[in-house]
Amino acid sequence: MEQLLNDFSFGLFFWQILLFILLYFLLKKFAWKPILNAVDDREEGIKNALEEAENARKEIQNLTADNERILKEARIERDAMLKEAREMKESMITDAKDEAKAQATKVIDQAKTTIEAEKHAAIAEIKNQVAELSLGIAEKVMRSELSDKNKQIKLVEDMLKEVKL
Amino acid sequence: MYRINLIKTITLLFLVMTFSVSAQHDPSVEVQTENSNHESDLKSEIKNEIRHHIKDSYEVVFFSDSKTGKKYGFSLPVILIDNGLHIFMASEFNHGENLVQKGGNYYKLYHSKIYKTDSSGHLDYDINHFPTNEKPLDLSITKGVVSILLVSMLLFLLFTSLAKSYKKNGSIPKGIGRFFEPIVLYIRDEIAIPNIGEKHYKKYMNYLLTIFFFIWFSNLLGITPLGVNITGNIAITFALALVTFIITQFSGNKNYWKHIFWMPGVPVPMKIILAPIELLGVFIKPFALMIRLFANMSAGHIVVYSLLGLMFIFNNMIGSSFSFVLAFVISILELLVAILQAYIFTILSALYFGFAVAEEH
Repeated sequence: MEQLLNDFSFGLFFWQILLFILLYFLLKKFAWKPILNAVDDREEGIKNALEEAENARKEIQNLTADNERILKEARIERDAMLKEAREMKESMITDAKDEAKAQATKVIDQAKTTIEAEKHAAIAEIKNQVAELSLGIAEKVMRSELSDKNKQIKLVEDMLKEVKL
Repeated sequence: MYRINLIKTITLLFLVMTFSVSAQHDPSVEVQTENSNHESDLKSEIKNEIRHHIKDSYEVVFFSDSKTGKKYGFSLPVILIDNGLHIFMASEFNHGENLVQKGGNYYKLYHSKIYKTDSSGHLDYDINHFPTNEKPLDLSITKGVVSILLVSMLLFLLFTSLAKSYKKNGSIPKGIGRFFEPIVLYIRDEIAIPNIGEKHYKKYMNYLLTIFFFIWFSNLLGITPLGVNITGNIAITFALALVTFIITQFSGNKNYWKHIFWMPGVPVPMKIILAPIELLGVFIKPFALMIRLFANMSAGHIVVYSLLGLMFIFNNMIGSSFSFVLAFVISILELLVAILQAYIFTILSALYFGFAVAEEH
């Protein structure tokens, strides 16, 4: 201990304090501050870059999700459209069929009526002709019948027989 | 809370360890015995050499020839404040052989210290064989001061160039920065932030970095064959510990002082008992810092020098090569101790600052 106290040199202590404080301020200004700032800046930069990357990743994820969603929607829409189209086609076909059937029925009906009318007309004509023919025949028969008296009387008699009073 | 207790225990452990280390090595720097036979001459020469190396000196000696007594190196300026300023070169002492007369006073260099004497150069001794003569206020540029300057310049050049390289390369370290940047970051992330806390650590970063690199580089320079011994000098470690002490006390908040003088959460009688203990702790903490660094570094120097001295005492192939290998191994160990002691000083300083700025919890 005595040795230590005897060895203690005030001069060295004085210079050490002085030089150390000087060194402290010099290093603080010219070394530590720029170094620590540079390191902090760099770390901040790395942090920001990482954050940005993370954000970008999230955005891409969102975008992918969006895309998926849109695709899904589109698919659903397409399906719906296809279904609608199919239904429309079906309905159109049915409609057309119905209409065609109706039309056909109508045509047939018309034809039927025409045929009926024609038939009636024909029948009427035939009747007329038959009547005419009958009249002609009757005339001829009458003429021949009425050529002798006996026959005329007989005819009247027959006729009268037929009429029942 | 548990964590702080743990740290306190570790601190105490370090304290005990450092005292035991310093106690072990005290005898090795005792006054030499004066025997006349050859082997003792060699031993005392080695002892002297070690003691001179551990001590500060007014000259830088690279090597010396013991036969002719010639020393190769250069002397440094002596600055004395004693009734005026006296500046002269240490070579005027002629390694302690000459008296120097300045301003009517005579000065004598004895065992790396300057004493005021009468014109005959007489020294009075006390029971411990230390001169009792008055010492002038000595602000000389000694070997230690030159070494501090050297380390400071090295640190300044190194770290300003590192700072500049950041500016040039856009915040990306280049060259030497690749080595030092992780250390700077380690001090920030593993020493400052965990011990001081996210909120306050920025204020102390400059000091922690400065003290860490100063101690580390000083320790490393101490291992080189230049023969400097900065951190193994009690005046240096005292100055460093004093700075930590002053910063700690000046950053102490209300909570810190409350923990010292009126410990919360314990009964009143305990508070009264704890106050002087805590107050003592305030001074013991930096004292331990001082002693630990000093004892570790000077012990390392003494061991390496002793082992090197053993080479000459053995003076044969086997013994000398054995002690050389041993010295080499210890030197490698010293390389580790150099950074370890810097780390311990820094982390304990950070811990004390952390205590000082801790918020109430």
